[in-house]
Amino acid sequence: MLEWIRQLGRSGISQFETLGRANLFLLKTLVGLPGLLRRPGLLVAQLWSVGVLSLLIIVVSGLFVGMVLGLQGYNTLVDFGAEESLGVAVALSIVRELGPVVTALLFAGRAGSALAAEIGLMKATEQLSGMEMMAVDPIHRVIAPRFLAGFISMPLLAAIFSAVGVYGGYFVGVGLLGVDDGAYWSQMQDKVDLFDDILNGVIKSLVFGWVVTWIAVFEGYDAVPTSEGVSRATTRTVVYAALAVLGLDFVLTALMFGD
Amino acid sequence: MDAAQPQNDSDTLVRIRDLHFSRGARAIFDGVDLDIARGKVTAIMGPSGTGKTTLLRLIGGQLDPDRGSVQVDGEEVPALSRTGLYALRKRMGMLFQSGALLTDLTVFDNVAFPLREHTDLPESMIRDLVLMKLQAVGLRGARDLMPSELSGGMARRIALARAIALDPMMIMYDEPFTGQDPISKGALVQLIRLLNDALELTSIIVSHDVNETASISDYVYVISQGEVVGHGTPEDLAKTDSEWVRQFMQGLPDGPVPFHYPAPDYAKDLLNDAV
Repeated sequence: MLEWIRQLGRSGISQFETLGRANLFLLKTLVGLPGLLRRPGLLVAQLWSVGVLSLLIIVVSGLFVGMVLGLQGYNTLVDFGAEESLGVAVALSIVRELGPVVTALLFAGRAGSALAAEIGLMKATEQLSGMEMMAVDPIHRVIAPRFLAGFISMPLLAAIFSAVGVYGGYFVGVGLLGVDDGAYWSQMQDKVDLFDDILNGVIKSLVFGWVVTWIAVFEGYDAVPTSEGVSRATTRTVVYAALAVLGLDFVLTALMFGD
Repeated sequence: MDAAQPQNDSDTLVRIRDLHFSRGARAIFDGVDLDIARGKVTAIMGPSGTGKTTLLRLIGGQLDPDRGSVQVDGEEVPALSRTGLYALRKRMGMLFQSGALLTDLTVFDNVAFPLREHTDLPESMIRDLVLMKLQAVGLRGARDLMPSELSGGMARRIALARAIALDPMMIMYDEPFTGQDPISKGALVQLIRLLNDALELTSIIVSHDVNETASISDYVYVISQGEVVGHGTPEDLAKTDSEWVRQFMQGLPDGPVPFHYPAPDYAKDLLNDAV
């Protein structure tokens, strides 16, 4: 029993230590951000690998999610003769919730795991130590551009996801199931609010981008420098990021939409 | 007094006194004193796991000692601010065991990396400097290769070219000969000595490859279990009275360091098992 309590205490302390390290690490990363102004090339390269290379999975997923919403929404709404509201239903679901959340989950799986693995392997192969010995701070040179690229990419990817999703719903609802074209768009235009809906979705995606990228770069940097350590860091990135996104989504939704 | 031992303060580039360092409960260094003479090749040898690499990290300021003093060129490394430490590191080169080349950059860009980070030289001058460094290690023709296309020996030579890019005062080699074929090993042995003399460097080689290291070293420290167990010129150490040092230098399988890991009596152990 005593040993169990001791273990619980040890694990608690270790969790808090990790949290402290993660916060200090974030602080150092933020301090390194202004340096990127002098070297935009580093950021552009990361925007490519973190953002542009995630485009395909985001676009394809957005399209299918929109199509499924179109189908499900139509089947539900048609019972009440309200199928013309399909545009609003699809748009609100995607812009408020699915856009930021699904994009963040996909982003964690595609870009977050890649970031953690890349940074962890750089650590395992002494590349980060090598930089330190060359008087180059790896947090400024390696972490800062990756963190900023993730933070910038995530809301843009979420916006693309939402746009494609709305078209996916349109394709199924209007193209295949015969919902009125004008009604689909005009109801959406009428009911979706720029600030209440779209801006709140953008805020969510900014928060998710920050958190997912932070978890990814920290897990990579904090990885035990062995193959097993890197593999664990990659797994932890996806699991922690997914849980953080879902948890934060509830909190943000409650703050934004809970009256 | 040995020729390679520093005669006075200005001859000493690295001075370590009463160094204590531990990882958890395990003491890695327990009162180590060590002097690295300016302009010489000094080897630090010892069995695997004695903390030789840790010693280099302590000299480079990547780790802080629990107690004691680590001075490089008169500066107390653990007391330096970040800026001071980075300024000192620009005057040090370190060759990691793996080479530690940046895998997303070509050989050329790897060698150019410290120059681009720390100088405002025009690209044409960086090109000339990089080619000169690559020529010095015999790999000018490999400039466009990626690190994944290099053999282990080539990667270390490229890392060496990168380490001398900023013309440092000192280079630390972490196990430079491990896992090298005889030709690569020979090339590295020759390069370390040649570069040290031609560029008036100070070299510290951490290694357990006795013959290769002793052949180019001016002075050797042998460390084991957290202490310096022997030091002197390679010739002195060959004639040492210390049984331990003799066992290590001659690679004898048994001696003060026993062949067998501590275990209960062999016969009893076998019989117990049978019962």
